[in-house]
Amino acid sequence: MRKALIWLPFVAFVGVLAVVAIGLFRPADRDVRSALVGHELPEFALPAMVEGVPGVDKARFTQGTPRLLNVFASWCIPCIAESPQLMRLKAMGVPIEGVAVRDTPENTGIFLRRYGNPFVGVGDDRDGRLQLAIGSSGVPESYVIDGKGRIVLQHIGDIRAEDVETIAAAVRGAR
Amino acid sequence: MKRLVALALLVAAPAFADTPLPPAAMADTQLPDPRQEAKAKALMDELRCVVCQGQAIADSDADMAGQMRALVRERIAQGESPDQIRDWLIDRYGAYITYDPPMSAVTAPLWLAPIVLLLAGVWIARASFKQRRRR
Repeated sequence: MRKALIWLPFVAFVGVLAVVAIGLFRPADRDVRSALVGHELPEFALPAMVEGVPGVDKARFTQGTPRLLNVFASWCIPCIAESPQLMRLKAMGVPIEGVAVRDTPENTGIFLRRYGNPFVGVGDDRDGRLQLAIGSSGVPESYVIDGKGRIVLQHIGDIRAEDVETIAAAVRGAR
Repeated sequence: MKRLVALALLVAAPAFADTPLPPAAMADTQLPDPRQEAKAKALMDELRCVVCQGQAIADSDADMAGQMRALVRERIAQGESPDQIRDWLIDRYGAYITYDPPMSAVTAPLWLAPIVLLLAGVWIARASFKQRRRR
C-alpha cells in the first residue's frame, strides 16, 4: 500500500500535464457570442455612410427575404480578407447589408472602391451603438437574418472560403 | 543610440488596426453630477470588456470599452438604474458580460463551491482534532 502511494505525486503531475496539454492543443473558445441569436433584431435606423449607397434600417430585414448583416470597418484588417467571400455571397444572390462601425465616410468609400462593394446598403454606426445593441463583440461579424427580422446565425470573425457554403445555406434555410 | 530609439518611438505610428475616430463622446468624460458618476463608475468596474476579456470596461483602453463606458454614462444620465443597464447588456452578451454574475444553473458552482469547501475544511479539521485528543 505504502509503495503504491509513492506514485501519487507523479500521477498528480501527469494529471496537471494533461490539463495543460489540452489547453495548449485545444484552446477554449474565447468568442463572446451574441445572446440575441434566435431573437428579433432591435429597432434601428442608420444613415447612409457613403454617397450612392443607402443607409440601413430594421424595416429592410422584415420584408420576407432573408439577408446577411455584416458588421465591418475600413480600419479592420480581417475585413479586407473577408471581402472576396462577401463578393462571392453577393454573386450567389445573398443580399448583404453593411454596418460600418466607428468609421469615416472617406475611409469607407476608399475601402469599398478598393475591395469592391458587396452591400445593398451601408449604415453609419459612428458610435458603435448598433454593434452593442446586437451583441457584437468586434469586427468583422455577420448575422443571418430571416425574412421576419429574427437573427438565425451569428458568424464571428472573417468569413473564410470554407464558410461561404454554410452561410449561403443558412440564408436559403431561413426563408 | 538611446536618443535614436527615443526619437524612433516618438515618430512611430501604432500598427494596431483601430478606428481613426476619437473615443466616443462620454467614454472618458465624467458626468457633471458626482452621484451619477459614482453610480456609473461602480457599474463600469463590474462590466467585462468583450475585447480584452480579463479587464473591466473602466480599466480597458479598447475602443469598444470606450463605447460601453459612453453607453453606461449616457443611460445613467437619462435616469436608468445600473440594474437596468446591466440587464440590457446581459440580454445581448449573456451573463459573461458582468463580473458579478447572477445565480443560475451554470454559475451555481461558482457561488456554492466556497461554501462547500469551507464545510469540507471544517469536517477535516474536526476529524484531525479528534484524533489528536485520542492520542
